[in-house]
Amino acid sequence: MPVFVVAAAMVGFGSLARDSGFGFGVTVISTATVWGLPGQVAFAEMFAIGAPVLAIALASSMANLRFLPMSLSLLPLFRDDPAAWRWRYLLVALMSVNTWALTLRHGPSLPLDQRAPYFIGLSFVCMTAGLAGTALGYHLAGTLPFFITASLIFLNPMYFVFLFAGVRHRNGVLALIIGAILGPLVHQISPDWGLVFCGVIAGTAAYWLDRSIGGGDE
Amino acid sequence: MSDPGSASVVGLWGLLLLVSAATYVWRAGGVAIAARISPDGRLSQWFSCVAYGMLAALISRIVLLPVGILAETPLVDRLVALGAGFVLFCAFRRNMVPGMLGAVGVFTVLAALRENGII
Repeated sequence: MPVFVVAAAMVGFGSLARDSGFGFGVTVISTATVWGLPGQVAFAEMFAIGAPVLAIALASSMANLRFLPMSLSLLPLFRDDPAAWRWRYLLVALMSVNTWALTLRHGPSLPLDQRAPYFIGLSFVCMTAGLAGTALGYHLAGTLPFFITASLIFLNPMYFVFLFAGVRHRNGVLALIIGAILGPLVHQISPDWGLVFCGVIAGTAAYWLDRSIGGGDE
Repeated sequence: MSDPGSASVVGLWGLLLLVSAATYVWRAGGVAIAARISPDGRLSQWFSCVAYGMLAALISRIVLLPVGILAETPLVDRLVALGAGFVLFCAFRRNMVPGMLGAVGVFTVLAALRENGII
């Protein structure tokens, strides 16, 4: 299921990238090296409007800032496996929202030396699907009816809504709810820094609420 | 068909390198900090909460205030689809697959009906 969703989402990016004037090579490679849809979309859209180089790099970078807290919360799972820990800087390059969420959920119940192989296997399957989807989208650009393109793009957020709807930890659930409410509100005040503010406010509020209620599932 | 990007292909590859590095710094930054804090500690839990908060904010923004192609679809379609997904999600004992497929299915039908002028 995650494989299908990644491929479909990247079909949307592939066709956007072609419309933005990217070559086939850059389009496909960007899926592997940036590996985060909001950053890639910012890259393509800023390039299409002829933005300055530094502005493009900054916008893509900001769009993928979520990877900082994500890699931070994922790494402790690999800490006690020396082989995986040695490759930690490469492991995080493979991380996507998908592989992060699934590894956080299933990783803790796996033996130490099975966690990295699980994560790497999952990541490679997802990335292969993403690359195939990107290539397909590049070739299909402009040929799909609007409702199909829109549905492919809608699939990605819906996948994550229902993936996160299964989160069990109370502090995670609180952070998700507060973040979802704040997201659109803060975005209207500051589109650039909105996500960072929301993450910190929602995360902190959820963390303290969870601790002050106490006696939860932690 | 003229390809507007081809004139600057070398520049575009260079740009790709720059963008890739600029997005990788966050991942590497996470690694560098993770090595310095206790894995089961409060700080690590707090960062996990921040990650969830950011992702939820991002997703709810994409659904409520999208840019690009989704911005051309009516808000009510996106909300009805999301609602239908949640009904299925609950009906199938918190199983994400019916929820997700239901939401996207309803959205596709609504978008197709609008495109063909039926609603």
